[in-house]
Amino acid sequence: MSDLQAQTDLFFVRRELATQEAPPAMTVGPAAWVKRNLFSTPGNSILTIIGIALIVLIVPPIINWAFINAVWTGTDRTACIAEGSGACWAFVKAEFAQFIYGRYPDAERWRVNVMFALLLLGLVPMSIPSAPFKRLNVLYLFIVFPVVSYYLLTGGFGLSVVETPLWGGLMLTVVVSYVGIVFSLPAGILLALGRRSAMPAVRFVCTAFIEIVRGIPLITVLFMSSVMLPLFLPQGVNFDKLLRALIGVALFASVYMAETVRGGMQAVPKGQYEGAKAVGLSYWPMMRLIILPQALKLVIPGIVGIFIALFKDTSLVYIIGLFDLLGIVRTNFADPNWASPETPATGLVFAAAVYWVFCFAMSRYSQYVERRLNTGRKR
Amino acid sequence: MKRTFLPALAGAALALSASFAGAATLDTVKQKGFLQCGVNTGLPGFGNPNEKGEWTGFDVDYCRAIASAVFGDPTKVKFTPLDAKERFTALQSGEVDVLIRNTTWTMSRDTSLGLKFAGVNYYDGQGFMVKKSLGVKSVNELSGASICVQSGTDTELNLADYFKSHNMQYNPVVFEKVSEANSAYDSGRCDAYTTDQSGLYATRLQLQKPDDTIVLPEIISKEPLGPVVRQGDDVWFNVVKWTHYALLDAEELGVTQQNADQMKSSDNPDIKRLLGVQGNFGQGIGLSNDWAYKIVKGVGNYGELFEKDLGQSSPLKIQRGENALWNKGGLQYGMPIL
Amino acid sequence: MTIQATSPSAPRVERPARSSFLNDPDKRGYIIQAVLLVLVVAFIWWLGHNTAQNLQRLHIASGFGFLNERAGFNIGQSLIPYSGDRSYGYALLVGIINTIEVAILGIVIATIVGVLVGVGRLSSNWLIRQLATVYVELFRNIPPLLVIFFWYFGVLAVLPNPRDAINLGLGFSLSNRGLFTPKPIFEHGALYVGIAILVGIVAAWALSRWATARQMRTGQQFPSFWAGLAVIVVLGAASFAATGAPLHFDIPVKTRFNLNGGSQLGPELVSLLLALAIYTASFIAEIVRAGILSVSHGQTEAAYSLGLKVGPTMRKIILPQALRVVIPPLTSEYLNLMKNTSLAVAIGFADLVAVGGSILNQTGQSVEVVLIWMLVYLGLSLIMAVLMNWYNRKMALVER
Repeated sequence: MSDLQAQTDLFFVRRELATQEAPPAMTVGPAAWVKRNLFSTPGNSILTIIGIALIVLIVPPIINWAFINAVWTGTDRTACIAEGSGACWAFVKAEFAQFIYGRYPDAERWRVNVMFALLLLGLVPMSIPSAPFKRLNVLYLFIVFPVVSYYLLTGGFGLSVVETPLWGGLMLTVVVSYVGIVFSLPAGILLALGRRSAMPAVRFVCTAFIEIVRGIPLITVLFMSSVMLPLFLPQGVNFDKLLRALIGVALFASVYMAETVRGGMQAVPKGQYEGAKAVGLSYWPMMRLIILPQALKLVIPGIVGIFIALFKDTSLVYIIGLFDLLGIVRTNFADPNWASPETPATGLVFAAAVYWVFCFAMSRYSQYVERRLNTGRKR
Repeated sequence: MKRTFLPALAGAALALSASFAGAATLDTVKQKGFLQCGVNTGLPGFGNPNEKGEWTGFDVDYCRAIASAVFGDPTKVKFTPLDAKERFTALQSGEVDVLIRNTTWTMSRDTSLGLKFAGVNYYDGQGFMVKKSLGVKSVNELSGASICVQSGTDTELNLADYFKSHNMQYNPVVFEKVSEANSAYDSGRCDAYTTDQSGLYATRLQLQKPDDTIVLPEIISKEPLGPVVRQGDDVWFNVVKWTHYALLDAEELGVTQQNADQMKSSDNPDIKRLLGVQGNFGQGIGLSNDWAYKIVKGVGNYGELFEKDLGQSSPLKIQRGENALWNKGGLQYGMPIL
Repeated sequence: MTIQATSPSAPRVERPARSSFLNDPDKRGYIIQAVLLVLVVAFIWWLGHNTAQNLQRLHIASGFGFLNERAGFNIGQSLIPYSGDRSYGYALLVGIINTIEVAILGIVIATIVGVLVGVGRLSSNWLIRQLATVYVELFRNIPPLLVIFFWYFGVLAVLPNPRDAINLGLGFSLSNRGLFTPKPIFEHGALYVGIAILVGIVAAWALSRWATARQMRTGQQFPSFWAGLAVIVVLGAASFAATGAPLHFDIPVKTRFNLNGGSQLGPELVSLLLALAIYTASFIAEIVRAGILSVSHGQTEAAYSLGLKVGPTMRKIILPQALRVVIPPLTSEYLNLMKNTSLAVAIGFADLVAVGGSILNQTGQSVEVVLIWMLVYLGLSLIMAVLMNWYNRKMALVER
């Protein structure tokens, strides 16, 4: 005790903590952050200044155009034609229904809404990894939903018939990309299996098909299906214009899908193949039970990437005369009621925003899955 | 082999829509219950969907006239919008029964493409329009100009020929679609825009400032526009051809949509034959004897259609000109029903 | 890959193994292949047969004879002399050259922008990083066709007509007819300047070889890049002066309708190039970023500890290793860009598809034209794939 007493009594021992000194001014707080992240070196400072200059140059005019000078209300082009006016949002507001439904008859538009709702009903649980009944869900998305939507949109069972030339807008974009996806997934898996088959003839046919279609632009595929398909078929057999575009899109998407799936199959370790064979599984059970589940899981991000590409590529159907979202925006800004110097840019910015929201959401989802599956390349 | 693929493909085809284009188009049309008509994707006055998506225009009304002749109902027609590239394949392959899409009658089309023109429903010529501010008064002053033109049309060829033969230079700006060419001209990409003159009047309406653009007076080519059918089907060819003549004869005889019923009791033998009160002319083309009555009752006569879609009651305000009847100084001449 | 052929089915008790013909995987394989081949051949034959029959029924002539006929239409943009009197085949050639022109220019621009943005995504500068991220996320999620339309119809519509062209100085001017630039006119003697510059390039190359060899031998460095550049510039300038400055510029002048003279970059070409380059660059940026990230951080640290500065570390250590990861996906982006040049048809740029479309309309030879399209694109894809694979092999890791 005395020892301790003696120790604590030592006069050179400090009894209380030293007051904390403030850290050097340039290591914490906003100033430090700015210094560290923006002006750490002379080179960095120059880059920062260039960056700020870019922002000053680009952002204010855009804000001016899109918000401050924009025309929000109006019934025709006279509202937007004034000198110095910005975006003509009144145009988007007036034609909004057309952008979504195309020329689908007013009275029947609820059918499109129901289709959208049914799609969400399938997609939402599908995209939540912990949601149950995945198998049934796939069945719904790939068989039940397409069939129901087909009758819903074209008519039948008491619903009046709606001709496909009336389809358009976002609805057509969704229909074309969805059909492309639903067709391309199984077709792509088959093609990928074919390309990795041990049978030379099968491999040759699949490889040739994949490489040929991959080597040509989608536009030529679409032109071919819209201009040449009628010549390929026997006299009297005829396809709807939309169906022809769908065939082109589906063919095109399936070869890209095939390459993605093939990548996944190559990434499955060889031991899995050998193990499957060792337990006596023959080709199809091995693929179905062992290889494909692993391969497909690996390439989910890749598949979503194809979905995104497909969603953007559907805009090309406009070139063969279908009015998807881009097409309908494009035709509407030639409408004499709304023609003004700002109408094209406004319509296109609106369409761009819609495409962007869809694609960005999908790409974020794919990143989420990638992180979850941990299939991304680790540093 | 055919057995393996045919059912699959045909099944797929029928799933959305299918039409059968055998040799006897009339029979298949009757069997289908509607006429499939190829029209323009969007040319005001000729073939253009309005805001409600209903098709309007002169060519479109010709389709309705044929439907009236066959079914007695102008609504029994479905329209397939076609661009310049698709139009002939669509007809050749049987996707449409008749193509009425301001298509110019030329020899190569009439002979080597498997097509047959059934008449001229509109005599047109290729013209130019320019911005007023350029101060151009004649095509011959356009040397060095940028000119918007639609690709794959005879317009494109006429343009090249005309400038070549007049030793003038120009800078072609070529578009697949009419709407694209329109927008480009409107945004100032081109100094001039060339197409059939009727098309110029229609296009001008779609510009932001129609009054700033003038149509030049010169016509540099003959552009007889008319309905087209497939070669080798004379019955159907006759139906389309005589629908055209019936429209003209009705105008010449003063039979209109409104007075068609009264005219049935007219004493004029020409009118009696036209309206099927006398004779069995309808049978000759595989239709009922009052086929022409149905046309006029359904859509009106040539003059009425012209007035409604192209003439003074339309925004286009095109003069009859060459398209006046032969006895009024024009070229439209309906063959007699006799 | 001999999964099928070598996988013996497990012996089953109920039936004797491979008793049936169909249960023998080898034989079954042959049958499947034979059936598939027959089906494919029959399908192609069926299509061909239908086509031939349809063409005959419709009295459409077939064959490639039309390529020699007079085209009759004019083409706005052409790198080789062209007039309507040339043949269809020659017009197609103009289209092919235009396609290649856009593809090459697009690839060059997209690569430069893409690498800059990709490096910017990893910059230590927060602002640059954010800007690069915004660029990538914005442009890769918008269809390129829409961007083309935006430039062509959205921006073009607000540019002035040639009479009131925006003067950018030095003979450059911008209007709704595109970008006009002065055109260099080479006079007699320019050839010698060209030869001198060529000699300079060869000398610079030799110099750099020598410098590398010396560095390998002695470890001494030599500023071969600057020295080589100096050689080229000095040789070029000297010969330019000696031959009496055989170059002047043709500056565009306003005429009634247009600007005459100079070089013109039409709005079609500019819109197409901008849209394709911006779109593809956003993908290239991600590829470059992934490539740089794939190089282990230890490499950077090792380089720094050896005393290399930031620049040489990037140039000599990181990028060569990153390139190995980058080249294969870059190849497919280049191929995509090349195929996307076909979007030209939407705004009337005379590429292969647009010219082919015109011919298709004029002649009705749709089968032949589509075949030509496919062959040309496949050929171009093949050439590009071969080139990139060659480069890839060259850059591949050489284990020492």
